[in-house]
Amino acid sequence: MDYLKAFVIGGLICVAGQILIDKTKLTPGRILVAFVVAGCVFSGLGWYGKLVDFAGAGATVPLPGFGHNLVKGVIREIDEAGPIGILTGGLKAAAAGVTAAVLFGLLTAVFFNPKEKG
Amino acid sequence: MMNNSNLSKDRFLKMVDKASPNSHIFTNCLKAFVVGGLICVFGQLLSVWYLSLTGDKDMAGTLTSVSIILIAALITGIGKFDNLAKFAGAGAVVPISGFANSVAAPAVEFKKEGFIFGVGAKMFVIAGPVLVYGLAASVLTGIIYYFAKL
Repeated sequence: MDYLKAFVIGGLICVAGQILIDKTKLTPGRILVAFVVAGCVFSGLGWYGKLVDFAGAGATVPLPGFGHNLVKGVIREIDEAGPIGILTGGLKAAAAGVTAAVLFGLLTAVFFNPKEKG
Repeated sequence: MMNNSNLSKDRFLKMVDKASPNSHIFTNCLKAFVVGGLICVFGQLLSVWYLSLTGDKDMAGTLTSVSIILIAALITGIGKFDNLAKFAGAGAVVPISGFANSVAAPAVEFKKEGFIFGVGAKMFVIAGPVLVYGLAASVLTGIIYYFAKL
């Protein structure tokens, strides 16, 4: 059942992105930005946490989950460390993901060459 | 009889005409739904497995993200991510795999401009804006939360 929920909710979030691509001509890059910011807003309103409780990876794997993770980290740090958490919480929570993306991006460039265009 | 069938054929063609652009979008959405959903199911599988290994929900979530990022970077490296994105559209781009690809793809492509200003700078072409506005939005949310709590 958890897998079905992850499939349906994760799939629907991707469909929302697809409709934006097809109907508005927003480039995928802009959609990434919009979805992360939307995740922050919905997380702040307390909605995204509920979606994560319901759908698990169906909500955390799509990019709004990244925004939710940032906000969750900020709120946790404010509760534990006070107002400095506003500045420290986001990147603390996202540290592994950001560092992994940068490191694996660098290693990809080291070990692979661009595909020949032809 | 003949008239009737002509009429229905006409009407049918008109219906096809009207439906075509939408059915195109419908097909794209269906592909995005299935591929995006499957990536999330894979994430769910990983997170259940990591949770059983570590017993820590946050750790399991972090390891799941890192794993998907690693796999997406590898698929980008062997040049297959573009094929997946062409087929699945937002289904490949919206999951965290799309974020990893947005870093790894320009990193490889701009290798010829050198490792400092090619790879090092261009890998943030999309990840940069994502971080700038994601962090700004999270700070703003934090400020509101802090003052609402007082």
